[in-house]
Amino acid sequence: MKSYSIFSLLRNALSYHQNWQAAWRSPEPKPAYDVIIVGGGGHGLATAYYLAKEHGITNVAVLEKGWLGGGNTGRNTTIVRSNYLWDESARLYEHSLKLWEGLSQDLNFNVMFSQRGVLNLAHNLHDLRELQRRVSAIRLNGIDSEILNVEQVKEMVPILNCSPDSRYPVLGASLQRRGGVARHDAVAWGFARAADARGIDIIQNCEVTGIRRDGDRVLGVETTRGFMAAPKVACVTAGHSSVLAAMAGLRLPIESHPLQALVSEPIKPILHTVVMSAAVHVYVSQSDKGELVLGAGIDAYTSYAQRGSLSVIEEIMASTVTLFPIFSRLKMMRSWGGIVDVCPDASPIIGKTPIRGLYFNCGWGTGGFKATPGSGHVFAHTIARDEPHPLNAPYALDRFANGSLIDEHGAAAVAH
Amino acid sequence: MLRIPCPYCGPRDETEFAYGGEAHIARPQNPATTTDADWADFLFMRKNPKGRHRERWMHARGCRQWFNVERDTVTHQIVTVYRMGEPPPETPR
Amino acid sequence: MSTQPFRLPRGGRIDRARPHRFIFNGRAYSGYAGDTLAAALLANGIHLVGRSFKYHRPRGIVTAGVEEPNALVQLGVGARSEPNLRATQCELYDGLIATSQNCWPSLRFDLGAINDRLARFLPAGFYYKTFMWPPSAWMQYEHAIRRMAGLGTAPEERDSDRYDKRLVHCDVLVVGAGPAGLAAALAAGRTGARVILADEQVEFGGSLLSGSAEIDGRPALDWVARATAELDWMAEAKLLRRATVFGYYDHNYLAIVERVADHLANPGEREPRQRLWKVRARQVVLATGAIERPLIFRDNDRPGIMLAGAARAYAHRYAAVPGRRTVVFTNNDSAYAAALDLIEAGGPVTTLIDIRAEPQGELADAVRAHGVEVIGGSAIVATSGRHRVKGVEVMRLTPDGTGVAGPVKYRDCDVVCMSGGWTPAVHLFSQSRGTLAYDSTHGCFVPSRAAQATHVAGICNGAWTLAECLRQGFTAGTAAARAAGFVEVAAAAAPPAPEPTATPPRILWAVPSDRAGTTSKHFVDFQNDVTVADIQLAAREGYRSVEHVKRYTTSGMGTDQGKLGNIPALGVLSDVLAADLPSLGTTTFRPPYTPVSFGALTGRDIDALADPIRVTPMHDWHVANGAIFEDVGQWKRPHFYPRAGETMRAAVDREVTAARTAVGILDASTLGKIDIQGPDAVTLLNRIYTNGWTTLEAARCRYGLMLKDDGMVIDDGVTTRLAPDHFHMTTTTGNAARVLGWLEEWVQTEWPDLRVYMASVTEQWAVATLSGPRARDVLAAAGTDLDLAPTAFPSQSMRQGAVAGMPARVFRVSFTGELSYEVNVPARCGGALWEALIAAGAPFGITPYGTEAMHVLRAEKGFIIVGQETDGTVTPLDLGLDRLVSKTKDFIGKRALLRPDTQRSDRKQLVGLLTEDPNEVLPEGAQIVVERRPEPPMPMIGHVTSSYFSPTLGRSIALALIVGGRARHGETLCVPLLGKTVKVEVAESCFYDRDGARANG
Repeated sequence: MKSYSIFSLLRNALSYHQNWQAAWRSPEPKPAYDVIIVGGGGHGLATAYYLAKEHGITNVAVLEKGWLGGGNTGRNTTIVRSNYLWDESARLYEHSLKLWEGLSQDLNFNVMFSQRGVLNLAHNLHDLRELQRRVSAIRLNGIDSEILNVEQVKEMVPILNCSPDSRYPVLGASLQRRGGVARHDAVAWGFARAADARGIDIIQNCEVTGIRRDGDRVLGVETTRGFMAAPKVACVTAGHSSVLAAMAGLRLPIESHPLQALVSEPIKPILHTVVMSAAVHVYVSQSDKGELVLGAGIDAYTSYAQRGSLSVIEEIMASTVTLFPIFSRLKMMRSWGGIVDVCPDASPIIGKTPIRGLYFNCGWGTGGFKATPGSGHVFAHTIARDEPHPLNAPYALDRFANGSLIDEHGAAAVAH
Repeated sequence: MLRIPCPYCGPRDETEFAYGGEAHIARPQNPATTTDADWADFLFMRKNPKGRHRERWMHARGCRQWFNVERDTVTHQIVTVYRMGEPPPETPR
Repeated sequence: MSTQPFRLPRGGRIDRARPHRFIFNGRAYSGYAGDTLAAALLANGIHLVGRSFKYHRPRGIVTAGVEEPNALVQLGVGARSEPNLRATQCELYDGLIATSQNCWPSLRFDLGAINDRLARFLPAGFYYKTFMWPPSAWMQYEHAIRRMAGLGTAPEERDSDRYDKRLVHCDVLVVGAGPAGLAAALAAGRTGARVILADEQVEFGGSLLSGSAEIDGRPALDWVARATAELDWMAEAKLLRRATVFGYYDHNYLAIVERVADHLANPGEREPRQRLWKVRARQVVLATGAIERPLIFRDNDRPGIMLAGAARAYAHRYAAVPGRRTVVFTNNDSAYAAALDLIEAGGPVTTLIDIRAEPQGELADAVRAHGVEVIGGSAIVATSGRHRVKGVEVMRLTPDGTGVAGPVKYRDCDVVCMSGGWTPAVHLFSQSRGTLAYDSTHGCFVPSRAAQATHVAGICNGAWTLAECLRQGFTAGTAAARAAGFVEVAAAAAPPAPEPTATPPRILWAVPSDRAGTTSKHFVDFQNDVTVADIQLAAREGYRSVEHVKRYTTSGMGTDQGKLGNIPALGVLSDVLAADLPSLGTTTFRPPYTPVSFGALTGRDIDALADPIRVTPMHDWHVANGAIFEDVGQWKRPHFYPRAGETMRAAVDREVTAARTAVGILDASTLGKIDIQGPDAVTLLNRIYTNGWTTLEAARCRYGLMLKDDGMVIDDGVTTRLAPDHFHMTTTTGNAARVLGWLEEWVQTEWPDLRVYMASVTEQWAVATLSGPRARDVLAAAGTDLDLAPTAFPSQSMRQGAVAGMPARVFRVSFTGELSYEVNVPARCGGALWEALIAAGAPFGITPYGTEAMHVLRAEKGFIIVGQETDGTVTPLDLGLDRLVSKTKDFIGKRALLRPDTQRSDRKQLVGLLTEDPNEVLPEGAQIVVERRPEPPMPMIGHVTSSYFSPTLGRSIALALIVGGRARHGETLCVPLLGKTVKVEVAESCFYDRDGARANG
């Protein structure tokens, strides 16, 4: 892999950029691999990268039915943070945040991780109590978090309606300064390029149509490009996890819902941090291009359509304009939908299944993007060692039977 | 914005309804003797199919009646609706 | 003020009797009513309007419609300022103020244009390859990048305009009022169907407004006028102008934004600025027209280079000629017609360059007859002119079109009209999930299979002649009406229109230049400065999927949403990859078709109307008596009632003390109340609550806990048996609707055999709670026919009678630990009851208390609040409420309590906490550790759920959930706070009157 830098950019400019090499190969699939990863989104590509980097396993294929990062990786609102309540979550997301902090250098690909801070607003006394609980826990877990009073919030986000007469008055907020946003596509591309450089086969336009097994042992996958054998198959197919599970005869505690998002037309910078309000389902930031990026709540019904209802957009607009009155004359430029896997406890499933050699990483709901590097890191460990990393041990599938759920409903800005 | 034919009130906008998830999940007759795994299966495990899905809806801002809907989760087409307790109608694929 | 040197002496659909003054970049100009801002600028000889996003290249007006990528302006000032408006769509009004965006210090001299000089170092995606060193510097790089990015600026004030919404149903919605749409609306309307015809322009006619076509041997606009008049006359037809259909959602639900007042200098008070129409249509006819494509040649972005159709529109519709020396560059016939129209209107055309080899036929002859030089088989290989195009260089194309050869011809010009063919506007069709097919002759996608009740007509459906558009329109309108159940009375025949024989276009996606391989720029996406070289680079680097190319190069990601560039970008990509264009697919079309204001999507649902505010019948009294309110769900509840100069703490202490020593009064009307009746009502309660209800006698009350099927507490409250088959259930304020839904769900879906009925009565009853040792005295003083003697009206019972002359249900239940009566009266009596009790209580020192005092009082007693002591992860056993969990019957959640995790002894359990320092009030939410470590992380064993200063005990108290808490009584634990550690002792969760003597007395 030829390194990216200001010098390579200048050097290539001399040859009119004719000599850049492809970021990844497009290899023909081999008949057999040590590990097959189903799903070429951020989590799958990160898993492949860390399998190679941390565990020396490079005879790996990543199979993507469409284009890399075409699922939720390229459809989310790119918020990265680790301000989670429960220890299990805090550790996992903080592990991920630490990886984010060196990711551009590690991958030699600028993922534009911008630690501009994430604010979570409190609009009533109950919100405030919950924020204090959360911040207290987060700090004792060694993660940065602080409470801002309304004056501090106003200073940080002058365009926010902090009037006590507002329908959603701002009583305070929590702030994680190390949180922020990243460039979502770059995360998929950066991991793909780095994984490819370590010898991993990334195969696009290759859809898995079946999972072949012998009793309780996995043998490989049927695909639109033929059968590929592997003793280990790892499914990282957010949105379609239940479909993959059904191929292996499993059911998951997951429902797939549309999650919509939208951007405004680009404007000059006016919002320098990420603002979230769980109570009124608003999360908004401003991209480096100048677009306001807004996320909605999930649509109520299950769907695989990457499409939701206008009413959901209308609701977040009403809340957003109430919080930010000057947004009224800005314009929605694009809207789109993703399919999110929602778990009953709003926490993911990362680990083994009843079928030997078959692993699942799914159920991230609305918040998977922030976990991309950490999720890939611990999942690679789980696959390589056939046992979970201590950080993902609590996220086993059997927690639904024994009752040790990790209820993070309060953590998402989205009502499930 | 789906248009859902409430079997009691007629077609109405989706915003009048509440979604109730997969239909025909039988609650174990005798919970006390059900295994943890079976209980978890009842509580949490879902088919979540890509395609035809039998699901429950409630006309929350209308008659407040629960009923069943067969809907395609890809096209969002509503194939049929039927009342609680009625067997699912045979529907052409 | 300048004159309008490029305004034609006559013609156009402008009103010369109504001149309008306007300001552009600080200078005054004039135009006419009927102009767009772009038309008025061109009439004044102005092409340079804006700067591009990345390279800050000078840019002019390219189009005459929604697809405009360049001519974006900031319109208006103050609260009405709006960024990124297309000058091609802004209707001119008197006093309009517009400013160019994305340039500094001025439009003509923009420092950002340095990027253009550095373009060689800024190829597509350059930012992914650099700015990585030193690792900490990205925030600084980003800061600089952000300042360069963005287009216009957000207003600094709250929007002073109103927005509205309307939800309508119709039989046939026709989108687009060009020839096909008008025909469809006529055909459908004549059947009596309810028709809505929506068009984004100020007047109907579509493309006919901009040309000189004829229908039935007369000017086409005569037909438009007749058709419009007929539609106007139809009772069931609704005609929407300035109305863009921007979204086609599931089940034939479409969204329209109507610009009601944007074109007015002084919008009226009564009309909203914009109106969002949400239409549920039985049938939809899409007649959305087509968008002309640019040709992708070298330096095709200079001001003065515009679409041929746009030049035609400016000359014909607005009587503004774009220039004096026009060169036309085309690959298809339509530019010939445009050239003829331009000439006829008075805009000279000198040269026409056709990519096709031997331009022959009627059109070519007609153009030549006007003295136009026609150069076939050739292409523009370069252009010159910085702020305005000055000339073009032309060379012969090689036969395969991949190169150029021969001598260079130079032609002076001040306008280049280009036409790369037409792209049907299939956006809405595709949004509706209809599939598309590729038309290789015309190089575009056309509708293939509809996914909803959708009909397509006109050029958006590949009807390339006016006659065919009209025929398709009538057919689609008739078919749509018939499908909606309406039959035409008389067959509607399309009027005849000319059908010239066409020479097919020659598709050449990237027009070659003699300077390939250099820094030459062939723009594919004007706004975002995406060039052919960028797409080639993306493909070279492996970004070969359409979506990757789009995202890597940002092609099609601008405010024009790729309306001009998407198909050419696909074409260039197919050339690079040597792949069939249709095999690449398209990027998905998603709403909105054009950007829609947040205001329109919000409508009136902002501020107080964003969410209903609920108040109790006593609310006015609270306001009049200085209550400070807190939001609990949608309710406004008095938090406390400060007296003059009193702090919150002092007010709450006073209120608590009054309830403990005399009597307090609380507005408890917000409590959820559900009336449950039927022979099986008690069975329902037995299954829903953890405890048993069979033995509850009539007129007796009982506290109950409700679990979800996972064993976690979701609600609690007191339920009273009014009669054997009749119960009055109360719920927490925030959960009232949820609990009713919960009961209904179980009854309807699991237990349909139960004969039980329920209804919310939350708002039917107003509730005033008297609490304190003198509560009985107050009730008696207010006047009641109830026997209040403890034996006659014991604790945990209910009596019906009169209180202060009002019919009442009085519940003797206590949430404070004091003698309490919850007096329920019909909601309309609430205010009167409250005032009667306040008056009757005055001699006893009655004190209204708010939710804060209520919380203190209940915390002193160790009573939980669902949502505060519980968070969806807490079982009744965790709360120490085992006595409420029946061992003998089944209930919702019971099975889950047997799971290993819910059986653990080290679960978090509810306890009381006493701080070492009695004056230290812990913050609620604070986490608890066994021992504070010098540095985090440190293991946490629980958190403070409630914490108050108790005036009754003269010290602070707290409730907490702590791992294995009940076994820790007497243990000392630590609460680490910022800058200090508070030591606490684990105690009983009930701090006061443990045997309950006070409430039961």
